Amino acid sequence: MIDSVGRAAETPQEPQPYAELGMKDDEYQRVRDILGRRPTSSELAIYSVMWSEHCSYKSSKVHLRQFGTKAPKSEALLVGMGENAGVVDIGDGWAATFKIESHNHPSYVEPHQGAATGVGGIVRDIMSMGARPVAVMDSLRFGAADAPDTRRVLPGVVEGISSYGNCLGLPNIGGEVVFDPCYIGNPLVNALCVGLLRKDQIKLATAPGPGNQVVLFGALTGPDGIGGASVLASATFEDESQAKRPSVQVGDPFMEKLLIECCLELFAADVVVGIQDLGAAGVACATTELAAKGTGGMDVRLDLVPLRDPRLRPEEILMSESQERMMAVVTPADIPAFMEICRKWDIPATVIGEVTDTGRLVMTWHGETIVDIEPGTAADEGPVYQRPYAEPAGQHALNADDPSRLARPGDLGATLLRLLGSPNLASKEWVTSQYDRYVRGNTVLAQPADAGVLRIGEVMPGASETVRGIALATDGNGRYARLDPYCGAQLALAESYRNVAVTGARPLAVTNCLNFGSPEDPEVMWQFAEAVRGLADACRALGVPVTGGNVSFYNQTGSAAINPTPVVGVLGVLDDVRRRVPHGFTGPDERVLLLGETTAEFGGSEWAHVEHGHLGGLPPRFQPEVERALATVLTEAAARGLLTGSHDLSDGGLAVALAESCLAHGVGATVSLPPGDDPFVALFSESASRALVTVRPESFDAFAALCGKHEVPCTTLGTTGGAALSIPGVLDIPVETLRTTHEGTLPALMA
Amino acid sequence: MSAARVGVVTFPGTLDDQDAARAVRHAGAEPVPLWHADTDLRGVDAVFLPGGFSYGDYLRCGAISRFAPLMGELVPAARAGLPVLGTCNGFQILCEAHLLPGALVKNAGLHYICRDQRLRIESTATAWTSAYTRGQEVVIPIKHGEGRYVADAETLAALESGGRVVVRYLGNPNGSLNDIAGVSNEAGNVVGLMPHPEHALEDLTGGPGTDGLGFFTSLLKTMVNA
Repeated sequence: MIDSVGRAAETPQEPQPYAELGMKDDEYQRVRDILGRRPTSSELAIYSVMWSEHCSYKSSKVHLRQFGTKAPKSEALLVGMGENAGVVDIGDGWAATFKIESHNHPSYVEPHQGAATGVGGIVRDIMSMGARPVAVMDSLRFGAADAPDTRRVLPGVVEGISSYGNCLGLPNIGGEVVFDPCYIGNPLVNALCVGLLRKDQIKLATAPGPGNQVVLFGALTGPDGIGGASVLASATFEDESQAKRPSVQVGDPFMEKLLIECCLELFAADVVVGIQDLGAAGVACATTELAAKGTGGMDVRLDLVPLRDPRLRPEEILMSESQERMMAVVTPADIPAFMEICRKWDIPATVIGEVTDTGRLVMTWHGETIVDIEPGTAADEGPVYQRPYAEPAGQHALNADDPSRLARPGDLGATLLRLLGSPNLASKEWVTSQYDRYVRGNTVLAQPADAGVLRIGEVMPGASETVRGIALATDGNGRYARLDPYCGAQLALAESYRNVAVTGARPLAVTNCLNFGSPEDPEVMWQFAEAVRGLADACRALGVPVTGGNVSFYNQTGSAAINPTPVVGVLGVLDDVRRRVPHGFTGPDERVLLLGETTAEFGGSEWAHVEHGHLGGLPPRFQPEVERALATVLTEAAARGLLTGSHDLSDGGLAVALAESCLAHGVGATVSLPPGDDPFVALFSESASRALVTVRPESFDAFAALCGKHEVPCTTLGTTGGAALSIPGVLDIPVETLRTTHEGTLPALMA
Repeated sequence: MSAARVGVVTFPGTLDDQDAARAVRHAGAEPVPLWHADTDLRGVDAVFLPGGFSYGDYLRCGAISRFAPLMGELVPAARAGLPVLGTCNGFQILCEAHLLPGALVKNAGLHYICRDQRLRIESTATAWTSAYTRGQEVVIPIKHGEGRYVADAETLAALESGGRVVVRYLGNPNGSLNDIAGVSNEAGNVVGLMPHPEHALEDLTGGPGTDGLGFFTSLLKTMVNA
């Protein structure tokens, strides 16, 4: 029997399974108040998914507002938060759109498909802005590297990203792989996509113009991930009944590739008024959001949705998360041209509705009205919570447990090798060699470079000529954020910002993926509030606005939450991509320079983690003005062609940065540490705002003058060349030894 | 003489067509887009089948593409001497279409591999390798999950004795028999290889160096001499 609006009015007392759909008593009551009757089962489906944490940001909204209220002035920002993805002006008539999003819970349940559909989802977000997706990156976190479950989850996640991303034809140009016991049972899979478009091509998720047609196109709708949005993203696994556990969606990258090419042709033909991808909450979300942002009304015939499984009920059609689907608003006159392009790419496309000026979203099922709501009440007027928060009970003791009490090593060479071979610092080649980094032929730098860099001039035919390039990096450090979420979030931004700057790019804008435990735990909520406050303050101080992002809560097993893990992506622009600075030491007889200042900062460091299993004290200081000056020096020096190589200093400090620089092109170096400094501190401290660069001897004076002008400390460490990393009196390690140590770890763990 | 026209075929799921067209341009020829559903080779002087996952490669790689309408035109033209290069998925399609012997199966390590691969050019007697010197070592990226070249003993012997092994891996990445990275037909006009010369054209992008450009300049040399 169909639960129509008429029937709902006649049976006000019929019990409804709102609690099973993740709705609280007062939320359900609010729906009844809004409608003036009980919701139909289809309406309940819509409200339950639209008001879920995942879709409504009800716990995070009050904090996320700071990204807007504290946003720095930016002339580059074309589309800010609230759309499918932010858009920034990168010059010469071009714009870039980028976003990072989590697919954590599905990737634990079914690593391959969970990660694959994470890539697919973020790519469609970028497509729905009118852009051609041009690259992806992945920020991944797993439990301890030697934990049995990591051997299940990691290869599955990597294979999922590899099979989906490679088949889609998007280069994978960077990201992170981090291990920490806190992520066992709660792996983090954060996928980033970047797209390019002409500034005048931006599309928005809106349905204006009564009479315009609503077209559903792409894959057929099946029983995939029904309830996924509200259930998978809004509750912990532990107390989950088998019946409630939904199927994870299955991806078809071939369909997605066709969808990309089809959409680009639709955009080029100018036959799209508004467009929205179908992600979490599928048709329910796309129709309500499009209608809410458009003229306000939409009539939909739900029985016209083409199905893979004809038994699906209207509620299931609304909730289905079948992948590779899009919804477009098209004028009646353009429908034939629209359909013709879809036919060329073998993409099923069906008109399922029409834009109206009634202010109502009305859905029918074989003639019976099953949904009749004001779309804004579902899309924009969901509950907003001021969740209580409180500093964790052990926070003070954690911060008081300073790493200065830890025993320091005698043999610094042996320490370096142990760090270099530890899972977090070891080569990630085992992972990244499974990703195509070259497809489309615009990859200038990719992993293990600090940031991925792309040439943009040849991306789309017909666009104005340009020699510009873009750079992208993601970073996060859960240990820093555990010690101090305010500062930890700032340091994540600082490192990502620095990674972009060391390639010579000017950092422009930020996206973020905020991975936390349960917002219903006041201690987790404190971490979240502090991290958002820190990130918003740091964005203002560094002059880079947040353009969008994603919050992932409930990353916890029982009462044990993950370390708070804000992952921050930064996009930068190179005015001339041919001036990009390569990674590490690129040739012999060049001067090795250390930029920035080092103090003894070991709280949350790799050294404390690897050598002592210690987490305590405070993370390194974040000094925005110092970070900004460093970036200015790096980008100016790159533009003037003064730098021959670069690498940022981060996890593992100077020692690891020197070793990685040697490994980049197999070029050794002989260096000495600044006189008077404690060699251990100089080599392993993780003070922020530092970088290594190389210059030709004849460029040194000009570069030193540039550093002086911006008050960036510049110390000559030595010279590149030879087949070893040598610090006379401290350590002397052949590059080959560094290499076998660095490259052996992951293959051995995954064998 | 007007620029040589080289057809670049796009199947649904082809990924490296933009790279292929760029490679043709870099060599000084004119790329001509060819659509899988067309039955017209548009009078091109040569054809490049680029890499990708045509039709998703959910079946055996290239098994569906060989039946594309365009292939109905391409196969007889190739047998009649039209220079044809297939890289990666293009190589797989040429094998499925029986323009080249053997088959490409899942890598020995079972993983997809993307890396800058050292190779040796074994034959310069083809339309696509005359710009190299025999025995020349080059670095060209590979990126594939199913690139392990296999053939029966008789076929392998014929390929070896006939000088039809065009490119060999130095440090076999995928378990290919006889380290074979690429082969040609008897006439030498049809060449298939797993590595991607179109990703080794420029210092700025792709793999290190410009070692791949020779495949495309070879073609022009062949055509001038023809």
